[in-house]
Amino acid sequence: MSAMLLPVADFTAPKIEYNELAPLLVVFGAACVGVLVEAFLPRPLRHLVQLAITVVAVVVSGVLTGILMNDKKELLAAQGAISVDGPALFTWLILLALSLISVLLFAERSIDGGLSAFAGQAAAVPGSDAEREGTAARVEHTEIFPLTLFAVGGMMLFAASNDLLVLFVALEVFSLPLYLLCGLARRRRLISQEAAMKYFLLGAFSSAFLLFGIALLYGYAGTMSLGGIADALSSDTGSDTILLAGTGLLGVGLLFKVGGVPFHSWTPDVYQGAPTPVTGFMAACTKIAAFVGLMRVFYVALGGSRWDWAPMMWIIAILTMVVGSIVAITQTDVKRMLAYSSIAHAGFLLTAFVGLAQAGSGVHTGITSTQAVLFYLVSYGFPTIGAFAVVTLVRDAGGEATHLSRWAGLGKKSPLLAGIFAFFLLSFAGIPLTAGFTGKWAVFSAAWTGGAWPLVVVAVLSSLVAAFFYVRVIVLMFFSDLPADAPDVALPGWQTTSAVALGLAATVVLGLVPGPVLDLAARAGEFIR
Amino acid sequence: MSHELTWLLVAVPALSAAILLLGGKATNAWGHLLGTLAPVISFAFGVVLFFQMRGRASEERSETVRLFEWFSVGQIKVDFTLLIDPLSILFVLLITGVGSLIHIYSIGYMEHDPRRRRFFGYLNLFIASMLLLVLAADYLLVFVGWEGVGLASYLLIGFWQHKNSAAVAAKKAFVVNRVGDIGLSLAVMSMWALFGSSAFTTVNAGAEHVSKTWATLLGLMLLLAACGKSAQVPLQSWLLDAMEGPTPVSALIHAATMVTAGVYLVVRSHAIYEVTDAASTAVVIVGTVTALAGAIIGCAKDDIKKALAGSTMSQIGYMMLAAGLGPAGYVFAIFHLLTHGFFKANMFLGAGSVMHGMNDDVNMRHYGALRTSMKVTFATFAFGYLAILGIPPFAGFFSKDKIIEAAFADNTVIGLCALLGAGITAFYMTRVMLMTFFGKKRWAEDVHPHESPAVMTWPLIILAALSLGGGALYFAGHWIVDWLEPIVGHEEEHPPVSALVMTLITLAVVAVGIVIAVLKYRRDIPREAPAGSPVTVFARRDLYGDALNEAVLMRPGQYLTRTLVWLDNRGVDGLVNGLAALFGGLSGRLRRFQTGFVRSYALSMVFGAAFVVVALLAVRLS
Repeated sequence: MSAMLLPVADFTAPKIEYNELAPLLVVFGAACVGVLVEAFLPRPLRHLVQLAITVVAVVVSGVLTGILMNDKKELLAAQGAISVDGPALFTWLILLALSLISVLLFAERSIDGGLSAFAGQAAAVPGSDAEREGTAARVEHTEIFPLTLFAVGGMMLFAASNDLLVLFVALEVFSLPLYLLCGLARRRRLISQEAAMKYFLLGAFSSAFLLFGIALLYGYAGTMSLGGIADALSSDTGSDTILLAGTGLLGVGLLFKVGGVPFHSWTPDVYQGAPTPVTGFMAACTKIAAFVGLMRVFYVALGGSRWDWAPMMWIIAILTMVVGSIVAITQTDVKRMLAYSSIAHAGFLLTAFVGLAQAGSGVHTGITSTQAVLFYLVSYGFPTIGAFAVVTLVRDAGGEATHLSRWAGLGKKSPLLAGIFAFFLLSFAGIPLTAGFTGKWAVFSAAWTGGAWPLVVVAVLSSLVAAFFYVRVIVLMFFSDLPADAPDVALPGWQTTSAVALGLAATVVLGLVPGPVLDLAARAGEFIR
Repeated sequence: MSHELTWLLVAVPALSAAILLLGGKATNAWGHLLGTLAPVISFAFGVVLFFQMRGRASEERSETVRLFEWFSVGQIKVDFTLLIDPLSILFVLLITGVGSLIHIYSIGYMEHDPRRRRFFGYLNLFIASMLLLVLAADYLLVFVGWEGVGLASYLLIGFWQHKNSAAVAAKKAFVVNRVGDIGLSLAVMSMWALFGSSAFTTVNAGAEHVSKTWATLLGLMLLLAACGKSAQVPLQSWLLDAMEGPTPVSALIHAATMVTAGVYLVVRSHAIYEVTDAASTAVVIVGTVTALAGAIIGCAKDDIKKALAGSTMSQIGYMMLAAGLGPAGYVFAIFHLLTHGFFKANMFLGAGSVMHGMNDDVNMRHYGALRTSMKVTFATFAFGYLAILGIPPFAGFFSKDKIIEAAFADNTVIGLCALLGAGITAFYMTRVMLMTFFGKKRWAEDVHPHESPAVMTWPLIILAALSLGGGALYFAGHWIVDWLEPIVGHEEEHPPVSALVMTLITLAVVAVGIVIAVLKYRRDIPREAPAGSPVTVFARRDLYGDALNEAVLMRPGQYLTRTLVWLDNRGVDGLVNGLAALFGGLSGRLRRFQTGFVRSYALSMVFGAAFVVVALLAVRLS
């Protein structure tokens, strides 16, 4: 009863480490400014101003993150709710770099007759007079930029959240803008809206699992903080059944975002329907944020019960690799193929994640799981965005020509573009001298030193199957005849050009000299609690 | 000290080769002149080095020039080091001297060939590689030159690649040489294992400490390498076919220089052969057998170049024989190598001159009576002829005579074989001489023999002079013995009878060979080859060397590949195709789960969630 009578004066304001949280605050602040721009600036100015604000915010946030990394200040900020540790900072940096490339793709307006890839008026019925008028007046939704910033901020928060409640809030903060962005395609808007709807429904469904899992874990530990749950585990109080059920349901929610089988079914449909720049953004950034979040929860909070959840994760990892690789073989749409490829990559990542469940215990001598996963995420993110950027350029009268048969002979029409795409595919396949090879080597060796050799065997076999469908596309592009009605290759503006160039450069550099980034990942160290 | 610039010897022709081969058509106009200038520069520099070396005391003549560390792996360190000593300088002079003459000759010989510039590029590549081979101070570096000359030889044999026979011959030379190269690479690896290095100094110093077995093995590996490069039995079969190349190539590579690399290798490795009698004996046997086999083949060939190629085999056999005799023979192996380089290049170029005037016909049965229409060629060829027969005072007399004496001193059987070989040599060379330059005209109707231009005859004249005077290296106070002794050592042999008697016996045998040939070939020679006795057929077919290779190596190899192809088609491909079909089918089935309905996706998530929770509980409860 005495708690009710506490005088107001005893209330102490929570301590907020503004310096350490600055990267987050910059992104969120810029997003709010973007909303105000929508309200107060005249329409013709908005595109440029929004783009400038977004780019500046992302760059400034990146610089701030770099400074924090350099200072090697690791701490739990905001009363232990947010963990600004090495892995979090590293993740922020890749997220911001990839977001910058994505934003460039979003801003591209020269490949579709001066219009962006996004619908002018989302509310206008596709094919209606209202839409035609909007198109003629060059109306466009510049809200995509603040939406993107909110998503990026949410992803950053998600990767750093040290508290299940913050984790959930961050999840919703980055999911809701993505649902919207998915439905905004200018071309094939019905399929885009269907994708957004599916994504939203299934996302809500998985959030429910996540939330219920959080509730059960709170019931077990009496706290939402990851460190608190870990303490409860080590003191072994409470019901194991509640703990395991909570672990499972929480895992379902996280694996949904990662795209693990059998929670992957949204991926191909959404990847195919969403505007291609958004697909690239989701494929790279969502996966990164979700994976780091997954690792943080399972390593920091649930590390004590790893022998309970490891077998389940083994099975999920195997299923994810096998299903992703095998189903990709028969895909006929390039975006769906890339979707299944991203599922297979999630499987390879899970291999490293589950292979060395004893992260932080210091028993191993080689590369740790955390480092391997962080490096793999980098080596996967850049070619992914680059590949989707290339997809935006192969067009016919109906917009992007994504059916694989339309890509036949592309190497004869545009050797440069086909060559770049082939290079990204080779990187996905893990061919030496590309980023993908180094990444695969890192995750496989982490899993191997962790004793998960059967997983590594499955992973290598899956890579072989996966190599088949990557190479098949290369063969199609370079060794098939160019049909008479072949799609055109659009001349990209500076935005897409620089996005592709950045993706390509990163893929090449990570393949040839992976040392510096590997060191950076190693310096990131482990999660703190 | 200019010996530090020894690398220029190799670098000049290498640079010229690079310019000619990479420069493309832009260098067509002056390519042959640059290509000729390069060996001349190397020769001039070689002469300077030679005289500097002569000026020094005999113990101070060897110089090593360390250029840079080539690589270093663990314990093994290989420097890029050149060794210039009395042995290698003789080779340098032979290669660049004879090489320069042949380059000059080629300007005329290849005048009408559209790819002349490329030809000179390959020749320069050869010169550079051959110089690297003889100047290297490390077996691994020798191997680099060894492979370089192999490559140049391959490119030049197949230079007229539009002819199928040339392409096949090039391939054959390449494949047979690979077999020999295995020997050298095994030897280098064994040296690393035994001595930790493949440098000459380390190997020479370590040779007396290794076990006899290893010494013998090393000797046999090096012998295998020598057999491949020098066309010794059993790897002799490629040399006769190699005559498909342009004649200057046959003269330079397949007579005067490259094919003698095996002799150089054996002499250079004398430290190893000195501790193993077994390997030395093997060298002697290989040399003797080849000396006789080549001579017999030479008797039956109607193709003038192939007759000379048989002769080359035979003469290198003599050198090998001498090299196998140990310190008693090393000096004479090298001596004969030099004189042979002069007179055989002379005769090959003479044959080329004859072909030049006979519309590239090589069949001696279509020649006859050419002495009147090709006076210079005839005269110079005659000098080579007298030299190879060993008629005093021509160069061959001194070198071959010493080898036969040394052979008799070592073993009477070997000596008799060597003597017999000299007789056969006299027979077939007289045959070549008579069929080409004497007798009646047997030319085709549209052939008008004429003397070759001066650019071709002058090299012939110079080489003829060397064929005559080359013996001076020995009879002028045994100069070559004193020159080489510090490097390879020397022992005086003691033949069973006095040297004078030996010489008379040898000359008598040679005379018998000449007489038989004159008796047999002074009559009319048919334009078509008669069927001939079984012995002739045996010799014409290269003593069935190719048939043996086919039966022992090629056919079983073909059966093996066919079996493997069959297994691959049925077994491996079947497995692969089956797997592909399996995954394709699996993919098609799994794909059906992707219905597009949110409700079924949600259901799969529910099942998944149930599975996850049940799996977790099951793990804990089990």
